[in-house]
Amino acid sequence: MSDFQHKVIVGLEIHVQLCTRSKMFCGCAVAFGEQANSRVCPVCLGMPGVLPVMNKQAFEYAVLVGLALNCEIPSFTKWDRKSYYYPDLPKNYQISQYDLPLAKDGFIQIPPAGGKKAKGKDEADSAQSKRIGIIRAHLEEDAGKNLHTAGNFSSVDLNRTGTPLLEIVSEPDLSGGAEARALAVELQRIVRYLGVSEGDMQKGQMRFEPNINLVITKDGKEFKTPIVEVKNLNSFRALERSIDYEVQRQLDEFLETGLVLEMGNKTTRGWDDEREVTVLQREKEEAHDYRYFPEPDLVPVELTDAWLDEIRGRLCELPLARQVRYVEEYKLSDYDAGVLTGERGTADFFESAVATGGEPKRVCNLLTQVGLKLANEKGCGVDELGVTAQSVADLAGMVALGDVSAGAAAAIFEAMAETGKEPRLLADELSLIQKSDAGELEAMVDEVLAANPQAVKDVTSGGKKSKKARGFLLGQVMQKTKGQANPKVVSEIIARKFG
Amino acid sequence: MGKKIDQAQVRKVAKLARLELSEAEVEEFTGQLSAILDYVEKMNELDTEGVEPLAHCLAISNVLREDGVAESLGTEAALANAPQRDGEFFKVPKILDGGSGA
Repeated sequence: MSDFQHKVIVGLEIHVQLCTRSKMFCGCAVAFGEQANSRVCPVCLGMPGVLPVMNKQAFEYAVLVGLALNCEIPSFTKWDRKSYYYPDLPKNYQISQYDLPLAKDGFIQIPPAGGKKAKGKDEADSAQSKRIGIIRAHLEEDAGKNLHTAGNFSSVDLNRTGTPLLEIVSEPDLSGGAEARALAVELQRIVRYLGVSEGDMQKGQMRFEPNINLVITKDGKEFKTPIVEVKNLNSFRALERSIDYEVQRQLDEFLETGLVLEMGNKTTRGWDDEREVTVLQREKEEAHDYRYFPEPDLVPVELTDAWLDEIRGRLCELPLARQVRYVEEYKLSDYDAGVLTGERGTADFFESAVATGGEPKRVCNLLTQVGLKLANEKGCGVDELGVTAQSVADLAGMVALGDVSAGAAAAIFEAMAETGKEPRLLADELSLIQKSDAGELEAMVDEVLAANPQAVKDVTSGGKKSKKARGFLLGQVMQKTKGQANPKVVSEIIARKFG
Repeated sequence: MGKKIDQAQVRKVAKLARLELSEAEVEEFTGQLSAILDYVEKMNELDTEGVEPLAHCLAISNVLREDGVAESLGTEAALANAPQRDGEFFKVPKILDGGSGA
């Protein structure tokens, strides 16, 4: 085999379902898991003579995401029809945006892919985020669901038909599966922070379609492999795996056949989640002849400066900026900062606890090691555990003072979530206060030393036995105090006795 | 003036629109569509220098509604006129390719 190098080129199309209460062009509720075909009306059923009316909230949510993705927001946008002959959109066209999308020419900063694993001197590099270009973002309506039955027919549920979808198209700036995943995760974090989508994968609220090809340098010449689009991926894992699989498959195919990119040889593949392979999808030759034309039933939207400013006012500090700030301002690790900023509610709660006097690192430990675990078990947010930020700050203070051990703090946190009581009260009730009073502990140490002459002898004689004997004496004191002594203080007293 | 559209193009457009046309219809529509295109062609005589492209024929914009939920039809009413149903679902000919999904 001759020498060659390859570069992976990936662009992403992402569909995000916006969490409006009603559909994009009619008042039917946006609902998941309802009885099939119960949330439909003449508009979303595509009955003749009906007229769509644009949902203002859907438009504003879409603009808000455009702003968060640093896009240019044109003051004039319009709607277009895209021909679509499948029964899950019974109008036979999809209302979308073609030449005048509501957002264009932006970018998203993504955390370094796999940066969390980086250690040592690479750490500085891995902390650099990467900028991925955003070509456009536009609004369109979702289709319903076709259920493929075992019989010779398909079943259609139109509840989802007309749900507002934001389609975001990235530049082909991604270098592989890991980066595509990082972008998807970051976008999920952004739309959740903005409150414009729940970004729930299980409910299909985010779907991905990567376009993948390779630039292969072989014998000093460059070859581009044909572009493959993988359709309808609905998990981060499938997104990453399908791209990594495609890279290898295209490499193998090129080495075997030498096939290169030409006009019209782009293909579409599906992802087989069980076998973890992409599969060529047969499409009718003319399937992509969408024949867009301006939607006559909807008038354009003109965005005034005042309106745009009003929408801009709803932006918040975005998750990655917040993560970077936590590292700088609170000296947290990038990993901890990433966990805390995963959900806006968690980050807000953390900052409230710090604002009421909690030491950042200790509050962080309590939240990441106990709070998030509890919240996860209960299926709620850290801010919904019934524990106030003030009491978490207080608990962090008690750990800092050595009043309670880290293990006891976890138990107190759980009891706080259970009872809503203050941490100091619970520490007393549960007898978890550590004894750090040197005078009181010194008397106990003296008692223990007097009762264990052999151990005392072992310590003074030095050598291997000495260390073991010290541990034994510490254990005796801890036992005497039913584990409530601060072991650090006790060790210091014992050391002093033999000093 | 020569024909603006030929029979092959009419057949293609019909196929895209899922229409089945007879040979006589293809011939008839080729003539009709060409006449329409000839008529529209007249507009090219106008000088449009400096005229903004029109996105919509109505000179209004921003017709929007608040995000309120209205009552839906419900499954029974929705399916009442369906040629075929499968329980709560519309029953349609089997979709063979994977092309659906917005």
